[in-house]
Amino acid sequence: MSNTDTGKPAEQRDRRSLAEHAQFLSFSLGGEEYGVDILRVQEIRSWEPVSRIPNVPAYEKGVVNLRGAIVPIIDLRERFDLGRGQYTPLTVVVVLQARIGDKVRVMGVVVDAVSDVIDVEKNAIQSSPDFGTKVSTEFINGLVSVNKRMVMLLDVDKLLQLDGVDTLTGLGEDDEE
Amino acid sequence: MSIDMAQFHQVFFEESFEGLDAMESGLLNLDMGDVNVDEINTIFRAAHSIKGGSGTFGFTAVSDFTHVMETLLDEMRDGRRSVTQPAVNVLLGSVDCLREMLRAIQDGVEVDRHSVDLHKAALDNELNHASSPALLETSLPPPVVEADGADGQISGWSIAFSPHLHLLKTGNEPVRMFRELASLGDLRVRADLQGVPDLYDLDPEECHLSWKLELEGDVPLNEIDEIFDWVEDDCDLAKQPVFAARDAYAEPLPDDWKAESDVQAPAAASVAALPTMESKQPKKEEPKAAAKGSSSIRVDTGKIDTLINMVGELVITQSMLSLIGEHFELSKLDQLKNGLSQLERHTRELQESVMNIRMMPISFVFSRFPRLAHDISSKLGKKIELKLVGEHTEVDKTVVELLSDPLVHLVRNSLDHGIEMPEARLAAGKPETGTVTLEAYHRGGNIVIEVTDDGKGLDKEKLRAKAVEKGLIEPDAVLTDKQTYELIFMPGFSTAEKLTDISGRGVGMDVVRRNIQALGGNIEIISTLGKGSTISIHLPLTLAILDGQSVAVGDETYIVPLGSIIESLNIKEDRLNRVVGKGETFLLRGQYLPIIRMHEIFKVVSARHTKLTEGLLVVVEGQGVRCGLFVDDLLGQQQVVIKSLEANYRRVEGVSGATILGDGSVALILDIPGLVRLANQ
Repeated sequence: MSNTDTGKPAEQRDRRSLAEHAQFLSFSLGGEEYGVDILRVQEIRSWEPVSRIPNVPAYEKGVVNLRGAIVPIIDLRERFDLGRGQYTPLTVVVVLQARIGDKVRVMGVVVDAVSDVIDVEKNAIQSSPDFGTKVSTEFINGLVSVNKRMVMLLDVDKLLQLDGVDTLTGLGEDDEE
Repeated sequence: MSIDMAQFHQVFFEESFEGLDAMESGLLNLDMGDVNVDEINTIFRAAHSIKGGSGTFGFTAVSDFTHVMETLLDEMRDGRRSVTQPAVNVLLGSVDCLREMLRAIQDGVEVDRHSVDLHKAALDNELNHASSPALLETSLPPPVVEADGADGQISGWSIAFSPHLHLLKTGNEPVRMFRELASLGDLRVRADLQGVPDLYDLDPEECHLSWKLELEGDVPLNEIDEIFDWVEDDCDLAKQPVFAARDAYAEPLPDDWKAESDVQAPAAASVAALPTMESKQPKKEEPKAAAKGSSSIRVDTGKIDTLINMVGELVITQSMLSLIGEHFELSKLDQLKNGLSQLERHTRELQESVMNIRMMPISFVFSRFPRLAHDISSKLGKKIELKLVGEHTEVDKTVVELLSDPLVHLVRNSLDHGIEMPEARLAAGKPETGTVTLEAYHRGGNIVIEVTDDGKGLDKEKLRAKAVEKGLIEPDAVLTDKQTYELIFMPGFSTAEKLTDISGRGVGMDVVRRNIQALGGNIEIISTLGKGSTISIHLPLTLAILDGQSVAVGDETYIVPLGSIIESLNIKEDRLNRVVGKGETFLLRGQYLPIIRMHEIFKVVSARHTKLTEGLLVVVEGQGVRCGLFVDDLLGQQQVVIKSLEANYRRVEGVSGATILGDGSVALILDIPGLVRLANQ
């Protein structure tokens, strides 16, 4: 039993690195770089036509059939008011898992392109300043600099909390009437 | 030999609860005037097996209690005691008490001694206040000995034990019993050999001996009873306290207790007793498996057989198709088409019978109401007859489970508020006994459940006054009859003059309606003042599959539940009317139908037709409101599997769910009442 001190150093180092590092999937959106916790990413798919849902904000594009489950698709560009893009077969949908209440919800977000998986030391993450950009800082967990580019790390749970979303921002109101 | 008895506890509880249910329904079925012996026998048997089981597992409190009930029932069975309403009420109370005791034991909590003593006292009281002379019975000694606390002075017991011939075959061993007795006190045993036949006539498996036992020591009667619990029906037993200070309750030792009387024990009885004991073993295994999963379902074997048959046919079709596919020529095209249509038929049938497995008879919900009616009517002093119609109507399991609370509420309301007191009924020229009918039947794709009473009905003026008082409606509001009745579904609405603990707090009816709507159903009231009211609930048969009509609006497809479609038709210009500020209506057989333009309400930009005369009108009905949906085209009818939109998304007004079409795309299922609300906004 004496090997508890010396044994499994690799594992301990791993554990330490898990505690201090995090991996994010980064993607580009209207020329800006965003990241989401990679453990929340279920899969990456290509765009396919959705079934529109009536009377919802425009950025909620509709629902698709994901192996028997009905999954909503949200256009992040429109969500953040970065303008509308064309949907081509090359448009990417990142399927995310959000914990809302005690349930796990699966949703797809449309992004311009997936860039990279980035390794981030947790203490390198800076808190987000209130910079009055179009993206409400509400959804941003922190900022991190990768190769001199700024990546905004998104809070998946808050981002996908659709139920009260219309009141959080004023987005999509033009679609209501 | 040690067996972990705890492993059988679950089975015992299951069986006991079933037994209690049987006792309850038996007691409720008892007709005071004309008592059916079979009915009492059923109740007695249930009580007896609970007593036996609880004795085995050492739940003495339960077995003692059941014993008193059993004594009472036994006297009723033998006709020594007449069956009276008070006695039945006491027994019903005891059934509840027993259920509580068993629950407490099952949960490992303390049994409520006070309530048990209370019920026991009621039973004893019923027993002692005997209408019958012959209380002395050897096989079932009255338990009053212990109840009176006379056992303090008892220094011992003299027991005459004469087993019937078949005792050994039932697996009981007198020696073991005597050892048990010896552990209680100083025991002297004398065997009576008189009954033993000649060696040539002796069947070694029969018991010809009888015994006279003397047990010294201050031993409570129930401990002795416990030992003889299992053999009670298979022997003649007489217990007599020795040196009792008061022997008022002591039974005289029968003179003819000797073995001769036992030899006459009918052979038939021994034969009959044997198989029942054996058949118990396998039976006990089955409910245990069922008890493990919290959400299990009991399925009729017939349904499973049908299912197996269908799978068989499916396999045959499949092999036929693969044979055609192996060496396919164009000449086999007809065969292929034939096979495919068979495949389709089998798949559909298979789907239907799988859905059928989830179907349960509604009697699962109905069965609790006779007791409810009995309790409430005796509490309120009303005379009520409860009629159940169509208990075998089958509904989806989920619906059955979610339906029971709302129904209890409705039935309680009918019993409490609907039916008047007997005097009031007679004064109104109605029969003294009120009738509440619970009826279930299928209509279209729906199940309809109706609660009808012939009571006083709803008073429209009173409802209105109350609603105005509570500020729910404006004093000058114009309401149709239907809208007036709907007022009782408003939160906080109650017309009961005084609150009772049964109902009348005004919470509830709104909850009832919400529950029913959550199940995709609706609820309606028809009432005539002084004649009674009917509340009918319409529910979909299943929550998983729906018959739908696909409609096209632009390049989007929506599913309209087939059950809510009345007809679909072309729109003629001369039947159109425009109501200023209210939209458009269509005159159909004298009725003005409001038109809901689907492309407007759902903002479909790709709609092909915006002129009403070019598209189609689908006339639908939801929650009693009729309207016409204006769509581009009808596509086809199909069964759709309902998928939740809320699982990953949220509720969308006007949409009840989604489904996946044959091409893999998602179509929304329309919610007609929701659409009407949306259109009115």
